[in-house]
Amino acid sequence: MSVENGIGVSVKRKEDQRFITGNGKYLDDINKFGQTHGHFLRSPYAFAKIKNIDLSAAKTAPGVVDIFTGADMTADGIGGLICGWGINSKDGSPHVAPPHPCLATDTVKHVGDQVAFIVAETLQQAKDAAELIDVDYEELKSVTDVRQAAAAGAPQVHEEAAGNQCYDWEIGDKAAVDAAFTNAHHITKIDLINNRVSPNPMEPRAALGEYDPGTGEYTLHTTSQNPHVARLLLSAFVGVAPENKLRVIAPDVGGGFGTKIFLYAEETTAVWASKRVGRPIKWTADRSESFLTDAHGRDHATHAEMAFDADGHILGFRVSTKANMGAYLSTFASAVPTYLYATLLNGQYKMPCIYAEVQALFTNTTPVDAYRGAGRPEATYVVERIMERAARDMNMDPTELRLKNFIQPDAYPYETPVIMTYDTGDYPLTMTTAKDMIDYTGFAARKAKSAANGKLRGIGSSAYIEACGIAPSAAVGSLGAGVGLWESAEVRFNPTGSVTVFTGSHSHGQGHETTFAQLIADQLGVPFESIEVVHGDTTKVPFGMGTYGSRSLAVGGSAITKAADKIVEKAKKIAAHLMEASADDIEHSHGVFSVAGTDKQLTIGEIAFAAYVPHNYPADLEPGLAENAFYDPLNFTFPAGTHIAEVEIDPDTGVVEVVDWAAADDFGNVINPMIVEGQVHGGVAQGIGQALLEGVVYDDDSGQLLTGSYMDYCMPRADNFPNFRVETTNTPCPSNPLGVKGCGEAGAIAAPAALMNAITDALGKEIDMPATSEKVWRAAQNA
Amino acid sequence: MEMSGEELINAPKEQVWAALNDPEVLRQAIPGCQSVDKTDDTSFAATVKVKIGPVKATFKGQVTLSNIDAPNGYTITGEGKGGAAGFGKGGADISLSDTDGGTLLSYNVKASVGGKMAQIGSRLIDSTAKKLAGDFFKNFNELVSVSKSEEPPAVEENIPAPAAPTSDTENSQEPTSASWMKPSILIPVAICVAAVLYFLSQNS
Repeated sequence: MSVENGIGVSVKRKEDQRFITGNGKYLDDINKFGQTHGHFLRSPYAFAKIKNIDLSAAKTAPGVVDIFTGADMTADGIGGLICGWGINSKDGSPHVAPPHPCLATDTVKHVGDQVAFIVAETLQQAKDAAELIDVDYEELKSVTDVRQAAAAGAPQVHEEAAGNQCYDWEIGDKAAVDAAFTNAHHITKIDLINNRVSPNPMEPRAALGEYDPGTGEYTLHTTSQNPHVARLLLSAFVGVAPENKLRVIAPDVGGGFGTKIFLYAEETTAVWASKRVGRPIKWTADRSESFLTDAHGRDHATHAEMAFDADGHILGFRVSTKANMGAYLSTFASAVPTYLYATLLNGQYKMPCIYAEVQALFTNTTPVDAYRGAGRPEATYVVERIMERAARDMNMDPTELRLKNFIQPDAYPYETPVIMTYDTGDYPLTMTTAKDMIDYTGFAARKAKSAANGKLRGIGSSAYIEACGIAPSAAVGSLGAGVGLWESAEVRFNPTGSVTVFTGSHSHGQGHETTFAQLIADQLGVPFESIEVVHGDTTKVPFGMGTYGSRSLAVGGSAITKAADKIVEKAKKIAAHLMEASADDIEHSHGVFSVAGTDKQLTIGEIAFAAYVPHNYPADLEPGLAENAFYDPLNFTFPAGTHIAEVEIDPDTGVVEVVDWAAADDFGNVINPMIVEGQVHGGVAQGIGQALLEGVVYDDDSGQLLTGSYMDYCMPRADNFPNFRVETTNTPCPSNPLGVKGCGEAGAIAAPAALMNAITDALGKEIDMPATSEKVWRAAQNA
Repeated sequence: MEMSGEELINAPKEQVWAALNDPEVLRQAIPGCQSVDKTDDTSFAATVKVKIGPVKATFKGQVTLSNIDAPNGYTITGEGKGGAAGFGKGGADISLSDTDGGTLLSYNVKASVGGKMAQIGSRLIDSTAKKLAGDFFKNFNELVSVSKSEEPPAVEENIPAPAAPTSDTENSQEPTSASWMKPSILIPVAICVAAVLYFLSQNS
């Protein structure tokens, strides 16, 4: 029986009403009585010693309340920021995690590094005062490129990190791979740059810190994807306040894409300083600060080799990657190029053996951490570029080479050589579905037509896989994670039958208020409009690990389902009492409880009322109808699919037009098809942006950020995209009660390889991302 | 950023030299220049207000001269701090030579900017430098002409110079703004300051 506004229905997003009418309440919309404004003085140098900071003129400037430097935080016992995932190098040594102070003490290590925090009556006064701070810098030679950072004689970003190395990590069986290569019939080699990108959420990061001297409690409003994790870090590691004296609220948040997972210096400084000045302090990043300080994504340089037998079957895969960490280790930076990357290098294929090594390096750049897909787009990019290239080398159709090597639908569970156990999937189905969607067989005719018009046409595929639903706590703990990755929920009936759902997941654009309400509408038969979803406040929600890694539905939704199951169990007991039957005889379906074989029934609303007004109630049962649940996933989920891109290139201008896009994705069960399609659209758009337009550029010599505004950092627009063809297939996930896999990152994971394969197909030569018009034009001219 | 080129100054070398050695002339000629103070024989401090696209700031520049070969050339290096706007630094080799129609000022500049100027204004640096240099030469030419009229001996000596433009129609257009559209010297900050200080140093 399908339920109105239940599972599988494209319910319109209820939160959009407030967003599109200007009634969303984002952090900068919040103001407190007596509020002051904070502003950070930032380093204009990529790498410099601070010889002296003279605050004397600035401290007496109009409106200045106080000014803080790193020395003040140190004196107050405030620690630096930490990385929450430990990675061990090949030799067993732990990764190098140099100090990451919120405000610089004796050196600045990237342009934009925080030097001083000015608190004033108005933002303008704070900025004016910043002009009066005299910092005596001694500029040092900097390094920004990851390959140069690894070179002998490169400037040393941290004393602690010899050769700028954070870690040199490996996974897989080197000997087996070496043996496979000696027996290979064909070997394809490729060198790839995965360009550094800036996440660019629409809402910049912001923080509002306040301290209540009466209770000794701090409250931090912050643009976070995981407020509980922020509280945990602020309390346990930074030492601002114990968790019971620290409330973290993430209100409406306008996009995150990963960059709002992390704990940053700004909110840490703002909440700490609010006690020092005795007044609330608000800080909101301007767009320049976003470019300078929001953790960037990607930035890998990779060499990969794949060995094949005479029939085109994969024999072995060898990958060597240099990953740029930036100037400091961000919150989860170390995990991204290791356990979120190399564990997915198996792709959708039967690979007998894999060996990958990853060297992570420090540079004088903004820290790099998770960005939509986090490691998995980098893995897919390597696997799918080399598969396409290998097919061309061997004169095979690239889709046929993939079909020949796919793990077959009857092979699950499938253990890869890089520690993952794929639970279910049907890769041939998504591939053939995508080919049908885009009329793959008709491509030759379309290419001929383009050629007749003087245009180059190309088609390229990307058969991606990701590990989502992050993650089983024991598994990630064994790999170095400093936290568990379960999720919590509370389903609370109100006496009149409406429901409030509290979730530790955090919505910053994903539509949780709608999707999670659909779950409860379906499972408990409560009208959709009578369900409220509450998230983002550590004092309201029991606990939460937040939203990233396409985990909200698979883990957070499962926690809600588990709480709903508890509700049903209790409601059955109440119903049995009220209907004078045995609890074993009570049947439940979508909120209706009936006595088996009779027409006696009660609705969940009637039962909720009885639970809160227990005049006629089981003597051995607690009143009330509210249940908590924690859910720890049994395995990762493995969304997978095929995207196929088709492009037409004008060789005279180098302009790439993405003329068609087919996305066939297996997300398992789908709760709201419209929201899923929107997530695919958004992900593909970001992937196309990375492949075609976006790229963070630092000046090699000075270390200056040259792409610091939208004049120089090119974001994709609607006219860069075709109408996307999106379809889903379904092999339900066996490891969670909803059978869902997650869809938030798929597009960004699949798209770059598909698009670059199409572009290189059209050009007949390899180029790196971003495929700007200039780069494409040069390649086309030299064809 | 690297830039090189030359500018025709509509006056003979000695007069250019004299005028350029007048700090007040330089202060007036450099766009946005508020003050020029000599700190020692080969060093100067200057304050210049500059706007590059959306970035507006007051730069305090420290400039040092070397390889001084009066009145023929010098090397100038300097750095200007613009607070939140960032900084500019660089150096230039500049030389003066006699030519038809006046004095040819040749320059070879290397400069870089940092902080917000690099972040937001990097694509505007070249065009801003061009405009600042154009403004500088326009102001400077006007100032040189004024000083000629006020100084009879100089005027006497320099009669051939003003005459040159009128005797050569092609050259006559050179001193107009059109000629200053050529790639010009000074980067937003360091360059302006550099030119000023160069001339100041000659005065010393």
